[in-house]
Amino acid sequence: MLTFIGLGLYDHKDVSVRGLECIRSADVVFLEGYTSRLAGTSIAEMEAWYGRSIRVLGREEVEQHPEIVLDPAVTGDVAFLTGGDPMVSTTHSDLRIRAQLRGIKTTLIHGASISSAVCGVTGLQNYRFGKSCSLPFPQKNWTPMTPIDVIRMNLSQGLHTLVYLDIQDDRCMTVPQAVFLLEEMAQKAGISIPLYVGVARAGSPDPVVLAGPAERVRNADFGPPLHILVIPGPLHVMEEEYLSLFGGL
Amino acid sequence: MARGKKSIEKVTELMSDPVHIRNIGIVAHIDHGKTTLSDNLLAGAGIISEELAGKQLFMDSDEEEQARGITIDASNVSMVHEYEGQEFLINMIDTPGHVDFGGDVTRAMRAVDGAVVLVDAVEGTMPQTETVLRQALKEGVRPVLFINKVDRLINELKVDEMEMQIRLGRVIDKVNKLIKGMNEEAYNAGWKLDASQGTVAFGSALYNWAVSVPFMKKSGVSFKEVYESCRTGDMKNLAKRSPLCDVVLDMVVKHLPNPKDSQKRRIKVIWHGDATTPEGKAMLECDPNGPATLMITDISFDPHAGEVATGRLFSGRIKRGTELYVMGTAKKVNRLQQVGIFMGPTRVEVEEITAGNIAAVTGLKDAIVGSTVTTLQDMTPFESLKHYSEPVMTVAVEAKNMKDLPKLVEVLRQVAKEDPTLQVNINEETGEHLISGMGELHLEIVTGRIKRDKGVEIITSEPIVVYRETVTQKAGPVEGKSPNRHNRFYLELEVLPDAIVELIKNGQVSMNQSQLERRDALIAAGMDKEEAKNVKDIYGHTMFIDMTKGIQYLNETMELIIEGLHEALDGGPLADEKVQNLKIKLVDVKLHEDAIHRGPAQVIPAVRAAVKAGMLMAGDTLLEPVQKIQITVPTDQMGNATAQIQGRRGQVYDIQSEGDTVTVVGKAPVAELFGFAGDIRSATEGRAMWSTEFAGFELVPSNLMKEVVTSIRKRKGLKEQMPTPADYLA
Repeated sequence: MLTFIGLGLYDHKDVSVRGLECIRSADVVFLEGYTSRLAGTSIAEMEAWYGRSIRVLGREEVEQHPEIVLDPAVTGDVAFLTGGDPMVSTTHSDLRIRAQLRGIKTTLIHGASISSAVCGVTGLQNYRFGKSCSLPFPQKNWTPMTPIDVIRMNLSQGLHTLVYLDIQDDRCMTVPQAVFLLEEMAQKAGISIPLYVGVARAGSPDPVVLAGPAERVRNADFGPPLHILVIPGPLHVMEEEYLSLFGGL
Repeated sequence: MARGKKSIEKVTELMSDPVHIRNIGIVAHIDHGKTTLSDNLLAGAGIISEELAGKQLFMDSDEEEQARGITIDASNVSMVHEYEGQEFLINMIDTPGHVDFGGDVTRAMRAVDGAVVLVDAVEGTMPQTETVLRQALKEGVRPVLFINKVDRLINELKVDEMEMQIRLGRVIDKVNKLIKGMNEEAYNAGWKLDASQGTVAFGSALYNWAVSVPFMKKSGVSFKEVYESCRTGDMKNLAKRSPLCDVVLDMVVKHLPNPKDSQKRRIKVIWHGDATTPEGKAMLECDPNGPATLMITDISFDPHAGEVATGRLFSGRIKRGTELYVMGTAKKVNRLQQVGIFMGPTRVEVEEITAGNIAAVTGLKDAIVGSTVTTLQDMTPFESLKHYSEPVMTVAVEAKNMKDLPKLVEVLRQVAKEDPTLQVNINEETGEHLISGMGELHLEIVTGRIKRDKGVEIITSEPIVVYRETVTQKAGPVEGKSPNRHNRFYLELEVLPDAIVELIKNGQVSMNQSQLERRDALIAAGMDKEEAKNVKDIYGHTMFIDMTKGIQYLNETMELIIEGLHEALDGGPLADEKVQNLKIKLVDVKLHEDAIHRGPAQVIPAVRAAVKAGMLMAGDTLLEPVQKIQITVPTDQMGNATAQIQGRRGQVYDIQSEGDTVTVVGKAPVAELFGFAGDIRSATEGRAMWSTEFAGFELVPSNLMKEVVTSIRKRKGLKEQMPTPADYLA
C-alpha cells in the first residue's frame, strides 16, 4: 500500500490529522525533497513530531529508481510525503501509475496547496485564474519563454496567472528576482505587465503580500522563502479592495 | 640585418595597397624541397644571406623541425619583390608536407590567394601533392607549378636533353589532369598550367636557379644551356643569370591574383552569408574602410606576448586597441594589444594592418583557430576549416609529478588551440587526458613539445586506434522518456546516404548556410523535400531532422534536444566511440505543459537514451580508420613491399612500374600499421620510399568485431557485456 500525503504549506503542523495518523502507522516514510519544501521546519523537527524516521529522496531516486519507493509498498505500508498537495505542480502521477501497474494499492491524502492558499492571502478569486506556469532560473542555452507566453495569453483574456518560482538544491527564487526576469522577458516579447502581487511564506504566521507595479515589488524585502508571484488581470472591485487592505495596493 | 630592417619598412609601406600584394603558400609532398625554396626566396629578398639559402632552413624555426629536417608548422614571412618597375609585397606561408600535419595546410590555404605547387622532377606527383592541390582548389586558391630538383634528373637518372623535356612535360600533364579532375570549371577558366604562358617554372632550389619560358626570353638562357650546366655541375653561373627567386616571384606576381581580385571570387567559396550586407560588400571589394573581418588560421604562444593569433584580414583595418568580437562566443569585447606581421620566427609590430593582408595579433582571448573575428556585433561566420584527415590515433597522457597537474591542463588547452587537428579531452577528475592526432609521428611531436617547450614531465600511453560507430539498418520510432516520464521523444534512425555525407564533408551543406540554400543542395543530392527543409543540426556527419509539425514549446526545447543528441553522438552505445553518418528524424514529441518539468535535466537524458537505444536497434557497428599506402621500390623488392601491405589485413589495388622501380598502392587499417616504418625498412633493405594518407573509416570485419569491441569496453571500464536497447529505455 502506497499513500501519498500532502504536508501542507509551511511547517510540520500543517499536515491533516488523517495524514498524521497514516504517517505514524506506516512501515516506511519517504519525503520527496525537491519539488517543494516546508520552510518553517526541519527534518529533525518533523521526525520528532511524527515520531517516525524519514528518508529524504532526491529527484534522481524518485524518477530513475522508483523501486526504492515501490518495493517496500508491495508488502508493507509506505507513506510518500510531499510539500503542499501531492499531485499539484509535481510530476508524481508517474509514480502512482507505476504503482498501479505493479498491483500496488494507492491512496491520496490531500494537504493545503499554494494554488488555493494564494487566493486567500491575495483575495484574488479562484474563478479568475488562467493557466499557471513556473519560472525557472535561466541556464546555459535554455531560457524558455513559456512563462511570458502564458502571462500574455491570460492577460489578453482578463485572467490572473499564478507563477511558481524555481526551487533548486542551493537556492530558491525570490519575488524580486522573478520580477526582474519577467520584466526582461516582457520587454523581449513586447508586452508590459501592469501589476504584480508578490507573496512570501503563505501559511506561516507572518506571510507577506505586496501588490504594485514592477518597480515597487522588485525593490521590496519579502524575507526568507518560499516566495510565489501572481500576475493579476484587471481587478474586480472586491479584489481591489482586498488588495488595498491586505496587500498595500 | 640592415637589409632586413629596410625590407620591413618597405613591407609596411606596401601593405595598404592590395593591388600590389600577393598572399601565397608553398605546398608540396614531403621532401620535395619546400623549405629550401622558401629560404631561397627569402635570400632574394635580403632577409637571409644568399650563401645560407638552401642550408639554413630559416623557415624551420622549431628545434625539432631542424633536427628532423621536416617542417611541422606552417610559418609566415613577408617580403618585397620588384617586377617590371613596380614593387610588390609577398606574404608567404611555408606549409608542412607530411600527412600527419595536413591540418596546417588547410589552414594556410584559407589565408592565401595563390599557391606555388612544388613537385620533385624525379619523383613526380605524389599522394600529398594531390592532397595539397585539392586543399588549394577547394579554398579557391589558384596554383602555379614549380618543378624542383631538375639537376637530379640529369645527373642521377642521366636522361638526355630530349628525355628531360619529355619528363618535365609529363609532370605538367599529370598536375593538369589533377586540376581538371578536381575543378574542371577553374581549369577551363584559365587555371590550366602552361609552360609557354609562364605558369610553370623549373629549377633547383638547392642550387638557387630556375627557368621559365618568359624569363628565358628575357635572360636569353636556353634549355640547352640549362642541360649543359647541370651536366657539368657548374650551376653558379646559371644561378646568377637566372636566379630562382626572381623567376619564381615573377611568376607569382604575374599569375597569382592580388587580394582584391581574388576575394571577388573566393569570398563566395569560403563565406556563405548575405553578399549585400556591409560586411559582404566590404569583403568582396577587399575594402579597408568597411567593417573589419578576420579569419584566424593559426594560434601560437609567445613566452612574452602570450597568445598570438594569425589570420587573414578580408576587410577593414585593425590596429592596437581595435575592439573586436569573436563569433560563436559570449560576444565579449576583445581588445587588440599588438598588431604585427610575421617575418619567419620573429614578429614585427606595425601601426596598422589593412584588408588583404595576413595579420598576427595579440589580445584575442576568445579566439580559436577557425574563429571569425569582426568589429561587428554579429556576422555569419566563415565556413569552418575542413580537414581531409581525421584523428586516427589517441594517446593518454598524465603528469609525472603531482604538482604539474594544473599546469598540464593549461598546457593541453594551449596545445589544442595551436593545432586544431588535434582533439584533446581533458579529464580533471582522473588526471588522465586524451590526445588524438593524425598518426604516430604527429602524436610523438606533440607530446615531445609538451615536455620540451612547455616544460611539463608527462607519462604517455601506447597509441590507441580511434574508432567510430555507425548504424547499418533502420530503426524506430524509438521512444525516449524523460526521467519524470512526462516528456517523450520519438526518433527514427537510419544510415545517412553517402552522397549527403560527401556534401557535409566538403562543406557544401552546413548549418551556416541559409535554410533555402541547404534545402536545394540536399534535394539535388536526392533527399526528400520535407526532410531537406527541416534539418535542425549537423554533427560529425550526422544529420538531425525535425519532421514534427505544430508542437507547442518544441521551439524552446530544441536546443536541449540537440544537446542530448550531441552527448549520444560523442560516444555510441557499443564502444563509447564517436558516432558518424546517421540520419536521425524526430517524428513526434510529447512535452509537459510547464517549463520546469521539461528542463535540461529531463530533455537531455531522454534524447540521449533514445539515440543510443535506437542505434542498437539499427544494428550499431564499429568502423576503423584505414590508410592508403604507397610504396616505391626497386623491381626486385616488389614482393616484399606487397607483403608488407597484405600481411596487415591490407589490400593492394594498383601496381605500376616505371623503369626499374615499381609503385605499389594499397590500403590497410591503422590498427595494423604500428611499427610499419621499421618493418618496411628492414623488409626492403631500406630501399623503399613510402607514404601513407588517411583514407576514411571502414567497417571492422565481422569476425573481429566482437573481440575489438570487448577490448575497447574493457579498456574504458565499461561493463564487458554487450549493451541492449533495454539498458537505455528503463
